[in-house]
Amino acid sequence: MAQQPKRGAGGKEARESKEPAVGPERKRRVQTEGQFIKCPNRSCSQSLFIKDIEKNFHCCKSCGHHFRVGSRRRVEITIDPGTWVELFDHLESIDPLQFKGKRSYLERIKESQEKTGLRDAVICGEARIEGIPLVFCAMDFQFMGGSMGSVVGEKIARAIEHGTKNGWAVVIVCCSGGARMDEGVLSLMQMAKTSAAIERHNAAGLAYITVLSDPTMAGVSASYAFLADVIIGEPKAMIGFAGARVIEQTIRKKLPEGFQTAEFLLKHGQIDMVVPRSEMRGTLAKILRYATVQRQETPRTAKARSPKPSGSSARAKAEPVPELVGAASGGSAKKSRRR
Amino acid sequence: MATPSPVPQAYLPFEQGLKEIDELIRKLEDWARTNSMDVSEELNGHREKREELLRRIYQNLTAWDRIQVSRHTQRPQTRDYIAHICTDFVELHGDRSFSDDNAIVTGLATVGEHRLMLIGQHKGRDVHERSFCNFGMPQPEGYRKALWKMRLAEKFKIPVLCLIDTKGAAPDLGAEERGQSQAIAYNLQVMSGLKVPILCIVIGEGGSGGALSIGVGDRLLIQENAYFSVISPEGCASILWKDSDRKADAAEALRITAPELKNLGVVDEIIPEPLGGAHRDPKGAAEMLKATIDRCLKELNAKPLDVLLEERYQRLRSMGKYQEAALAAAAGT
Ligand SMILES: [Zn+2]
Repeated sequence: MAQQPKRGAGGKEARESKEPAVGPERKRRVQTEGQFIKCPNRSCSQSLFIKDIEKNFHCCKSCGHHFRVGSRRRVEITIDPGTWVELFDHLESIDPLQFKGKRSYLERIKESQEKTGLRDAVICGEARIEGIPLVFCAMDFQFMGGSMGSVVGEKIARAIEHGTKNGWAVVIVCCSGGARMDEGVLSLMQMAKTSAAIERHNAAGLAYITVLSDPTMAGVSASYAFLADVIIGEPKAMIGFAGARVIEQTIRKKLPEGFQTAEFLLKHGQIDMVVPRSEMRGTLAKILRYATVQRQETPRTAKARSPKPSGSSARAKAEPVPELVGAASGGSAKKSRRR
Repeated sequence: MATPSPVPQAYLPFEQGLKEIDELIRKLEDWARTNSMDVSEELNGHREKREELLRRIYQNLTAWDRIQVSRHTQRPQTRDYIAHICTDFVELHGDRSFSDDNAIVTGLATVGEHRLMLIGQHKGRDVHERSFCNFGMPQPEGYRKALWKMRLAEKFKIPVLCLIDTKGAAPDLGAEERGQSQAIAYNLQVMSGLKVPILCIVIGEGGSGGALSIGVGDRLLIQENAYFSVISPEGCASILWKDSDRKADAAEALRITAPELKNLGVVDEIIPEPLGGAHRDPKGAAEMLKATIDRCLKELNAKPLDVLLEERYQRLRSMGKYQEAALAAAAGT
């Protein structure tokens, strides 16, 4: 079931979408009223200086409420400065169904592009976290609710393949209401496409981590969000498949307090951990170091970075594999035997 | 003897003219029987008229009409097809961890010369059966049951046949608690790399993630009057216009009928149904289905495994339509 951005996934999302955007576009406001916002956590309701929120990983200083973060800012606060090399940014949505909705799909795309400065709802790139090379993707709720159409699916699939080709881990920060209805069944098929790419990345023994931020729903949650080796939720993030309102209408019962929050999923064994945003970067690095023990100690990634992938693999076969790898990893044992 | 007159059925809103002719034919047959009279000439005339009308109606179905056909209560479902096309069926139950989901039927089956693993969604027909099957809406256990049986097929080196017929995943508290998202996602991943042929056929409703959960394979086929969609037309209409009564407009906009899906490159082939839909002639529909399954499995079985898997990957990889901005800009100048 696809979640329409902003209104599909129940009351919580509708409430939170009223939050003022906290981002670079706000910085230029001079009036005092624009510089403060009230924490939307009702038991907190603190007046917060926007600059302070930005400095504090977009969280409330007093209660820890996590505001939504745009994809560009997410990259800034997560990866090593100066290591971002954006990939596949030239992909752009078309209107494959000539969708006859309330408003033209292409118009809505254009509007989102102007509002966010992004081409679509995800950005992907090469990056490093505490020196570890990886492919990093961040979704953006401001762009049509982070919905997944052909472009999001294709960029994610290419990003994962880029990781497979280079022998890198992949980290994806999810933030999406689900599939993009305007692209109909093509958006549904992105679930299959991205999952297939993950299957190959996984078969190559490479690490894959997802960070599920608020919200991670429907088509995105039932594909790449939940296929990671390690799944991390952000505090209080809404995560699930079906929208809470649809479930309530179906079962005709009130859902329990905290239903579909990251903490709820943790309790039910669906995710590995809930980590506050301020500790996200360190946590990712810590996990990645376990996953890339061997890779870190060999020049393999440097070799794989060669511009010609076919040439580089031929070279990799010819060159002797360092003893350390041959001894430690089953995958390389064959190569050691050959030499 | 002449073909038997059509069985009484629930007529769809766009079939009203048919009902009158069917009733006329039935009355005439009854009258002829009780009076031992020969009215075959007159009957044949009516039957011809009926067939012509049926053809005209079914050649001009709107998207919403087709969705009604796909949901017809007498449309054959997975267990009907099992009865018609399988010479042997050993049903296997359960997900080995929580329960047995009756929305998904799984088992070892023989279709013609093929021994295979059959995995099919079943909605049920009467009130009792429908609630037993949860209206064909799987819980996480259903996806995990399907996955378990697919792994078995991989071990036995027999192909997997998936029959898709669901409104979608169960919107349910327990389903969320037990990892609905993960269960669907993991099926997509595993099916993309399963080392035996996978043939998927939409036989009725292909609703969203619940349908896709057994819909990733070497081919995706669809029966003429089935549909496959990211969201139900009702759901789409209520999101777009806050009015689920505009479901017909939504059905049109979503492009979810078999011919549209073929155009979009999402389905590979359309399996024809008997005139007037599969529900008018379940046996005929089953024969057409069986012939297609037989042909496709022969083709897929003939492929070396690495070719099969690479083609499957490329098929999935090709899904979606977008443009490369740099190229578009260059073309514009
Ligand atoms: Zn607060």
